[in-house]
Amino acid sequence: MNILISAIGQGLIWAVLGLGLFLTFRILNFADMSVEGTFPLGAATAVALIHNGVNPYLAMLAAAGAGALAGLVTGLLYTKGKIPILLAGILTMTAIFSINLRILNGANLSLLNQKTILNSHFMQQLPPFFNTVFVGMLTLAVIIGSLIYLLQTNFGQAFIATGDNPTMAQSFGINSDSMTIFGLMLSNALIAFGGALVAQNNGYADVNMGIGIIVIALASIIIGEVAFGDLSLNLRLVAIAVGSIFYRFVLLLVLQLGFNPNDLNLLSAIVLALALLTPKLQNIFKIKKIIKGSVTPHE
Amino acid sequence: MNKPLFTLKKVSTTVQNSVGLHINILKNLNLTINEGDFITVLGSNGAGKSTLFNVIAGGIPATSGSIMLENRNITNESALKRTKYISRVFQDPKLGTAPRMTVAENLLLALNRNKSFSLMPRQLNKHIDTFTKLTKQMGNGLDQRLQTSVGSLSGGQRQALSFLMATIQKPKLLLLDEHTAALDPKTSAQLMKLTDEKVTANAQTALMITHNLEDALTYGNRLIVLHAGQITLDVTGVEKQKLTKEDLLNYFASY
Repeated sequence: MNILISAIGQGLIWAVLGLGLFLTFRILNFADMSVEGTFPLGAATAVALIHNGVNPYLAMLAAAGAGALAGLVTGLLYTKGKIPILLAGILTMTAIFSINLRILNGANLSLLNQKTILNSHFMQQLPPFFNTVFVGMLTLAVIIGSLIYLLQTNFGQAFIATGDNPTMAQSFGINSDSMTIFGLMLSNALIAFGGALVAQNNGYADVNMGIGIIVIALASIIIGEVAFGDLSLNLRLVAIAVGSIFYRFVLLLVLQLGFNPNDLNLLSAIVLALALLTPKLQNIFKIKKIIKGSVTPHE
Repeated sequence: MNKPLFTLKKVSTTVQNSVGLHINILKNLNLTINEGDFITVLGSNGAGKSTLFNVIAGGIPATSGSIMLENRNITNESALKRTKYISRVFQDPKLGTAPRMTVAENLLLALNRNKSFSLMPRQLNKHIDTFTKLTKQMGNGLDQRLQTSVGSLSGGQRQALSFLMATIQKPKLLLLDEHTAALDPKTSAQLMKLTDEKVTANAQTALMITHNLEDALTYGNRLIVLHAGQITLDVTGVEKQKLTKEDLLNYFASY
């Protein structure tokens, strides 16, 4: 039972990454590699600050700020520097690796005996692993609620239009460069925030914890889409959270089958590849097409 | 009426082609667009029609010369700023609309042109009645599909929507870049008629590029011909009405 609760908790806090990546991958329509750097950046920033006695909530805000800054760099390289988005992301990601080593003053840093948001007095009253579930639920409620509000504002609609058709957006006075930069900043802020959460849950930050992150975040998006098919934009955000939990169950299952944790990246890649191949496979087997790789209309 | 709205004075444009050669596309071009003018623009391929539109809209800078909007010099104003008073319908129906958003969402974006895109709720439902009325005018079933994503519309519906979006907030100048060319003859004729009705009813100042000589003769109060980067023919009013297809064919044959 505990192992299931743990998986649900993990799924919930990792869902923050899926939500962050959704903004770039699905709305702006490109894959942003900088997340592989901003995830450990958020973790490193939060852990280093907590280590220095900073309040964990403040440390997480700082982590999000650091992520936003990294998103700004990628955004400027892409929009103003005209560097292809994949390369711009890889540049940021590579640069962040060195920055993380400096922040952590080494390859990793433990949170042993430090106060985190997961081990406060209240959290310790909860049954085992419920602290993660509680924090995850609360965080997701706030983030999903805010994103739903944001995307239904005039600004949010202009943001969606930018990803959909930049030429058209521009011809209606929407500054598509600014919108793209905004999307990258918000996305990376969320992912760094997720990194700060995961680091506190794991009890440490490690410079290598970003490897394969984009695959994990994509997996929660794609699994949610495969599982639920055509949804409104609002529900798609919820589907990401559910997809993230499903993904944890899959990992749990394969670990139970006797694979070891070193195989996880290989397994993650296989899970994502299978989920991405679903439309093709469905075509082959003439099964009803349920994936629509797009922002479906609201209402 | 007849007050100069846009004035292009000795505008030249040089662009670099794919092998790095500089090519003069517009050469000391002069054009005064008066308020209420509906100008049809003819010219062979490579004459500079699209470049002229791009220079007016700000997508390509004028290498020399000046562009005035009423009494204001806008030569160096960015394309983004010019979207406040210039709107455009492209030949490709895909360029003017956001495919994954619904018809209503697209219209709302167009309605918000010139306004800042604020963090206030979009209030889509408040506008549905207006949108229904507007789309009904198109007479092609668009009003039944307000909640459909634009990607699933037919090319004709999509282009009609592009046209509606370009005119929902009356721009000072409407640029129509062969906007009916990609449609089948019937749909094309339908959209052309709608365009004429709307432009006439709103006294909308507009420029329309076309390769259809009959459209160029039938519609608008003024006709210009572009050749090798210059305006070689410019007829207005009665003079334009007297013009025939044969005149134009003879005119083009003389090059």
